[in-house]
Amino acid sequence: MTTIILAILIGGAFGFALDRVGATNPDLIIGMLRLSALHLMKTILLAIGVASVLLFGALLAGIADPGNLSVKTTHLGVLLGGALLGVGFAVAGYCPGTGVAAGATGRKDALVFILGGLAGAAAFMASYSWVASTGILTKLLGVKATLGAISGTGYPALLSGIPGEWIGIAAGLVLVGIAFLLPDSLRGNSPARKVAKDATGH
Amino acid sequence: MTLSWLKGGLLLGLVFLAAVLLVKPIGVSTQFVILDGILWDMVDPQTVVASPDAKSGFASPNAYLNKSGGKYAKSVANPVNYGFVFVLAIAAGAGLSAFLRGGVARAQRTMPDIWRANFGDSPLKRYLAAFIAGFLVLYGARLAGGCTSGHMMSGVMQTALSGYIFTAGAFLAGIPTAILLFTREG
Repeated sequence: MTTIILAILIGGAFGFALDRVGATNPDLIIGMLRLSALHLMKTILLAIGVASVLLFGALLAGIADPGNLSVKTTHLGVLLGGALLGVGFAVAGYCPGTGVAAGATGRKDALVFILGGLAGAAAFMASYSWVASTGILTKLLGVKATLGAISGTGYPALLSGIPGEWIGIAAGLVLVGIAFLLPDSLRGNSPARKVAKDATGH
Repeated sequence: MTLSWLKGGLLLGLVFLAAVLLVKPIGVSTQFVILDGILWDMVDPQTVVASPDAKSGFASPNAYLNKSGGKYAKSVANPVNYGFVFVLAIAAGAGLSAFLRGGVARAQRTMPDIWRANFGDSPLKRYLAAFIAGFLVLYGARLAGGCTSGHMMSGVMQTALSGYIFTAGAFLAGIPTAILLFTREG
């Protein structure tokens, strides 16, 4: 029961935040990918960086449970699947999470995107045995690796000698730094105009 | 009403942090499989069956639902679980936020401005593209084992190698696609 309440609270906060940062607006997602409006790139880099610094700080302080971490396997499918997702992400301006959120804000193209997503997920379910037989899901490492060794987890580390928690804090600070250094646009379009336009809804 | 990147980034970062401190890192795309499984099981009740031999207690003739000891089969059989309710709550939270800020402008509800500027006003054309894009995004996410949430946000937050590789793949494909497709500003 507690986990269901947490699912409602954290999921609800995530959906609310996605809408408030502008991630439910495909104009801003597509603007990010065509490098003309980096508002969302700065937002997401800052979010990941801040969360990383605080998470690894909490792990060092012993107030976070390392058992809550969940690292995914690295394999060739991660790169190929990421590329497939990237193409669809650019065409629609939605990813799975922002698509669900945008559908709920009243965007009909997002609802159609979700239907396409259900079809794509079903196609993967149907083709999974074949995909696995190609070895794509085990090639390229095939392990759940992190940059440094994190205490209390068994994940293999790429770098040894420095605790993974400190590497995590450093990596987080790098992301925060990039968020501050990135300009609003790399292609001469004013993202401020886009954000303002979104705010008024016209 | 859109938050500045500084305020928005802090807000989103605190949500990522709360998720991993209290339960586990945020993820979304698995739940498309779970919903497919629920719908499929309504049509064919043999899609997911109780199986005392399976680690999760559930099994499926579909190899994907059956993998990892029937982990997904179990979620299909019990939709009131953390991951599935989490995604329903995303919709509720975003819907509430949109309602409080006065909703999305009418013209934006069928397509974003930049689509209209490049491909015209036909909703059907936009819906067809959105459907195919959704197909690619979810097929890709399942092939990768996660999406923008699970791999990019949660993975990179945890310094997971898979998160960096996924992010590289997504942007190396997404940036040229967006630049070539949308030549006119919105």
